[in-house]
Amino acid sequence: MTLIKELDTGTPIRTSDRTVTFTIDGRTVSVPAGTSVMAAATTLGTKIPRLCATDKLEAFGSCRLCLVEIEGRRGTPSSCTTPAEDGMVVHTHTERLAQLRRGVMELYISDHPLDCLTCAANGDCELQDMAGAVGLRAVRYGADGANHVKAESPLFLPSDLSNPYFAYDPSKCIVCSRCVRACQEVQGTFALTIAGRGFDSRVSAGGVDFLGSECVSCGACVQACPTATLIEKSVVAQGQPEHSVVTTCAYCGVGCSFKAEMKGDQLVRMVPFKAGGANEGHSCVKGRFAWGYAMHPDRVLKPMVRERITDAWRETTWEDAIARAADAFRRIQDTHGRDAIGAISSSRCTNEEVFVVQKLVRTAFRNNNVDTCARVCHAPTGYGLKQTMGTSAGTQDFRSVAKADVILVIGANPTDGHPVFASRLKRRLREGAKLIVADPRRIDLVRTPHVRAQLHLQLKPGTNVAFLNAMAHVVVTEGLADQDFVRARCDQDAFAEWAAFVAEPHNSPEETEQHTGVPSADVRAAARLYATARNAAIYYGLGVTEHSQGSTAVMAIANLAMATGNIGREGVGVNPLRGQNNVQGACDMGSFPHEFSDYRSVSDDATRAIFEAMWHLPLDREPGLRINNMLDEALEGRFRGIYVQGEDIAQSDPNTQHVTAALEAMECVVVQDLFLNETAKFAHVFLPGSSFLEKDGTFTNAERRINRVRRVVAPRPGMDEWRITAELSRALGYPMTYESPADIMAEIAALTPSFADVTYETLDRLGSVQWPCNAAAPAGTPVMHVDRFVRGEGRFMITEFVPTKERTGPRFPLLLTTGRILSQYNVGAQTLRTSNALWHSEDVLEIHASDAENRGIRDGDLVLVTSRSGEVALHASISERVAPGVVYTTFHHPDTGANVITTDLSDWATNCPEYKVTAVQVRRTNGPSAWQEHHRVEVQTMRQVAAS
Amino acid sequence: MNMSTLKARVFVPADASALSVGAEAVARAIAAEGVRRDLPIDVVRTGSRGAFWLEPLVEVAHGGTRLAYGPVASSDVPSLFDAGFLTGGAHPTFLGATDEIGWLKRQQRLTFARVGVIDPLSIEAYRAAGGLVGLQAALATSPAEILRAVRASGLRGRGGAGFPSGIKWQTVHDTAGPRKYVVCNADEGDSGTFADRMLLEGDPFLLIEGMAIAAIAVGATRGYVYIRSEYPHAIRTFARAIEAAEAAGAIGQSVLGSAHRFDVELRVGAGSYICGEETALLESLEGKRGIVRAKPPLPAVSGLFGAPTLVNNVLTFAAVPWILAHGADAYAEYGMGRSRGTLPIQLGGNVRRGGLIELAFGTTLRALIEEFGGGTLSGRPVRAVQVGGPLGSYLPAHLLDTPLDYEALAAVKGMVGHGGVVVFDDRVDMAQQARFAFRFCAAESCGKCTPCRVGAVRGAELVEHIVAHGPREADIALLHELCTLMTDASLCAMGGLTPMPVLSALTHFPEDFGLMPQRHAAE
Repeated sequence: MTLIKELDTGTPIRTSDRTVTFTIDGRTVSVPAGTSVMAAATTLGTKIPRLCATDKLEAFGSCRLCLVEIEGRRGTPSSCTTPAEDGMVVHTHTERLAQLRRGVMELYISDHPLDCLTCAANGDCELQDMAGAVGLRAVRYGADGANHVKAESPLFLPSDLSNPYFAYDPSKCIVCSRCVRACQEVQGTFALTIAGRGFDSRVSAGGVDFLGSECVSCGACVQACPTATLIEKSVVAQGQPEHSVVTTCAYCGVGCSFKAEMKGDQLVRMVPFKAGGANEGHSCVKGRFAWGYAMHPDRVLKPMVRERITDAWRETTWEDAIARAADAFRRIQDTHGRDAIGAISSSRCTNEEVFVVQKLVRTAFRNNNVDTCARVCHAPTGYGLKQTMGTSAGTQDFRSVAKADVILVIGANPTDGHPVFASRLKRRLREGAKLIVADPRRIDLVRTPHVRAQLHLQLKPGTNVAFLNAMAHVVVTEGLADQDFVRARCDQDAFAEWAAFVAEPHNSPEETEQHTGVPSADVRAAARLYATARNAAIYYGLGVTEHSQGSTAVMAIANLAMATGNIGREGVGVNPLRGQNNVQGACDMGSFPHEFSDYRSVSDDATRAIFEAMWHLPLDREPGLRINNMLDEALEGRFRGIYVQGEDIAQSDPNTQHVTAALEAMECVVVQDLFLNETAKFAHVFLPGSSFLEKDGTFTNAERRINRVRRVVAPRPGMDEWRITAELSRALGYPMTYESPADIMAEIAALTPSFADVTYETLDRLGSVQWPCNAAAPAGTPVMHVDRFVRGEGRFMITEFVPTKERTGPRFPLLLTTGRILSQYNVGAQTLRTSNALWHSEDVLEIHASDAENRGIRDGDLVLVTSRSGEVALHASISERVAPGVVYTTFHHPDTGANVITTDLSDWATNCPEYKVTAVQVRRTNGPSAWQEHHRVEVQTMRQVAAS
Repeated sequence: MNMSTLKARVFVPADASALSVGAEAVARAIAAEGVRRDLPIDVVRTGSRGAFWLEPLVEVAHGGTRLAYGPVASSDVPSLFDAGFLTGGAHPTFLGATDEIGWLKRQQRLTFARVGVIDPLSIEAYRAAGGLVGLQAALATSPAEILRAVRASGLRGRGGAGFPSGIKWQTVHDTAGPRKYVVCNADEGDSGTFADRMLLEGDPFLLIEGMAIAAIAVGATRGYVYIRSEYPHAIRTFARAIEAAEAAGAIGQSVLGSAHRFDVELRVGAGSYICGEETALLESLEGKRGIVRAKPPLPAVSGLFGAPTLVNNVLTFAAVPWILAHGADAYAEYGMGRSRGTLPIQLGGNVRRGGLIELAFGTTLRALIEEFGGGTLSGRPVRAVQVGGPLGSYLPAHLLDTPLDYEALAAVKGMVGHGGVVVFDDRVDMAQQARFAFRFCAAESCGKCTPCRVGAVRGAELVEHIVAHGPREADIALLHELCTLMTDASLCAMGGLTPMPVLSALTHFPEDFGLMPQRHAAE
């Protein structure tokens, strides 16, 4: 194993229909037109010295090291800024150039510390490399001149150590602007600049320091820095890594590829991998830096058991823990019937881990009581897209956004939730694409540096369907539908029926305005903009799905895209921004009570026969229980045992008190997780899980991209998670005989048409593939439904708007909606165990100034938020981001208990909870709510571990 | 009967240079004295004729001609009235007919023909003095013909680089783009230059007319004029000129009633010399930090907001209306070699009669300094002349017969630049001037490229070291190496030209660096 050093062509290799051919140092080279001489040279293996060029950024031309001579041209142009042209004769190494380069390096080093041996970048410093490459042997300007190096120099600036993850040492800055340009071009935040001019020039984050600046800690600047000026504190502490393993981030559904850079079994840093299909070398603060939870002392590393949930935990052996779980499950089934137990698989786990959990349920449990946390996020996506287009998947790859001309973002907050995709999106918007944001809250995208939404449609929570119908109404009644596309690709009868439906006056923007609160003129403008774009794309998130009409809204989105012909090519599509790293995969793997992998019904005899043949036993043809059914049944005493893989339903599922009551009612709760989470408070057996750094397998991201997760370090608890499940299965009498995750993938491929050609060998060779990956598409499928829909013809669905039952009234006059923020991930189990906690010490309630004033609430006051389900206390933050009548909070902190107040209402088709709409009242208070008090005590008593 | 026809017309400059020596007080005093004496007087504020040693220069219209008095102090005003200056009465400051003042009469004023003569904000006066004829001619012909005329005139960029304007205009014309821009560089930052300012203050419509012609030629509908913040009078005058031109229909929705649209917007710089470099200027116009862009792409291909953009200096645009009005050939008859037309020279430093001198290319420095400048103000011998701004070469006395011509100056390692000529007498210390060149570069460098950002500082330190410790061979060699590096490797002309004053000082005045003086043929 060695450290992976990726090829850096200095400037991007362009794509062009035209090829230019010319010679460099006597060798002929052909490159796409527009490619620089420098990048062309790298394809020959010729290294032209450079410092300010790196291929993630456009050429800048500032360091003046990459000068070349071109026959017939005056002077010594910089090769990074000179496009290759046919017939050019370029010389990259001549005596004149050598002199100039040495001269440039001499100037650089005349204002640079000479502490290479003790510098953190020693061994990974481009300045050092270039000094060597140009043969710098002396710095003749002496040591007495102006400088930024010596502490007594008036230009000296002390190091900025404010960011928890990286340090900024201005004395080492060579003013190449790579960090500034990375912040602009790659991340799109524009937090950095060069302060001062001339010799005074130095990188600045503005404000006091990095932590106090607009910096979002994505790490792009650190990655871009050629010296030790911006460097990971972990490298400062540990030194240079010596080998790397390419793996996949386990935070959100973007699925970024990273190089885990290691020293032995110590992780030094995570560096985004340029060949990663999802991220192409970019990252966010979570994936790049917030991996320390894997080493956190809270990690449980030994299996634990207890008789009662009020007992202290007792550490035990794997054999004992698994035997106890198996015995309890068997006993429950013997007593209460086969259907009295079930399992929940995790979207945080690998495809292979999830696959064995659902297999465990269908074989060893002999029922279909398996569900997954997608139930509470994107189940409506699965339902809605399957109904309309034929499969539960986003239609595009992320790269597609670079071709979009109009982008509708609805119910998603990409800069916080999917930041690496947001950077791609912002880049396209800076290039001139138009943006429509439909969201109750003024998310950052509405107005962020060099990006401004043409329209922000600030609709009331719970009215997406009314809004989308109004969009469709305008498309149909103003003759903006793509008739050719509809005729060629869609079910005509369904279209006609749908067109007549949306054209009805009650779906007009003027009529729906009473529900949505969005001015009809804005809806009309948005519909026209969307429908008349050459390429229009829709991106949506949980703000669409987590509603009582979540599935309806997904279908309304699909209708809109089909009606305008925005399906089946780059730059268009229906794009769910998936929440969890493997929510797509968990669904694909057949984690639902009614579906096998590839979304095939358990009631379909032919499909079941395939699985029965592979698994050598008869399978239940009746769909099993969904999570909410399991909980309801538990309170009825009919469901008594559950195996929960890496999901914290006691915090993340709605109406917490209902969930915890159900858990308390069970005889055996088995939790498999990294930490003693909220759900584990109600568990009898705890099986310690592995962090993504310890896993071997695959994750599937929101663009259906199957990425390899490679083992960086051995599983700290001593057993792979898939093996834990397999051992449990064996203990229940159904042995699973896998040697490795590759064997599991072989079984998945054999059973799953979309995965037919997926093997680890293929993934290693191609980097990643997007399913379907089979004989018809051996390299995968970046864009779906190109020539025909998966289901044949696209099917328009009637999407009547039905207001949620959750209504505001005199007692609960405000609508609460929830979301998350950049630095934190969901229930905070991981991010709050890293320095990311610095950015988010508590969940706060955003409330509009007028609502606050009516209640005598000042910024920072503690307020009690009361719903029909419960109440919690939070600090108020007066904000213009929410409209009057709407309040907003995040749910990252377990002791906030945001889900104490959310309701039991859920999507009519999939039971996905209606997290996004809760009628509440808010008033000032002076202490935590009763639930919060109870929770505080409970944490102490229900998490005790007996001394071993 | 129109009373105004009876009014006496007195012309007092409102140009910044005249104001700096009291023109405002003079104008007020004349008006007040007229009222006091119950004489109807029209005080017309003009630009400056450019004869700065005569400012404040007061003119009166009398007998179909203009008579000049100067320099006039406000305390002279009662005596001027007493002397009957409104009708050409004798007075110690009387200079005779303005047009007969030799210093002015010997000039060839094409671009500056109206500066100091008319009310700069009166479009009627502008028309009456031949304004808008070029624009009308342009509207009557085709873009191709305009481009042909500019090319045939031999006009080269007056900002300093001397690039053939016709080729640049053609490139912008030929580059496809949904929109194009015309940008005027009025960020006149070179020390010893003031022609742009005088034109902005004295004949702003000429610039607007030139830009409108350019816009028609290249297919642009929007123009920006970027004026340095240090020119408050020019900014005020030009802003009003834009309004007046719009009101008169010369620009705006319809240029002189044609189908062409052309809007002009004034933008004010923020105090950075480097924003006079065209790509840094474009960055600044885009609202960004003013740093130089690498070329290619040329602004003509991808300039302001990525659109094809014609960037020219004030004097370049201002030369165009005359070319269109009188023909390319007429313009090309002026000048020598490949330097055609006239050059508004700004003569300053140690001379008796500094100011704006517009002449056809080809006049020698000696003729300029002696015949126009009247020798040094100190009366001491000329030792060095810096031509072309702070980045121009210092030429020694034995090169004073070099004609002002792009190629002739290049042959002696000098440059025309923006036409600034600064004279030094024999007391100048050229090592200090070399040091100053580096210090200037260090102060004004944008900091983007290494040779300029670090090299300028090291260069100044090196010269200081040489001055303090004597000219060690290694240090002189390093100085030469640094100059080669800055010349060859700098991103733009700022760092690239800084070695010109340094090396010219070192070459022509080695004794100031403690080196052996070089010998020249007897002069």
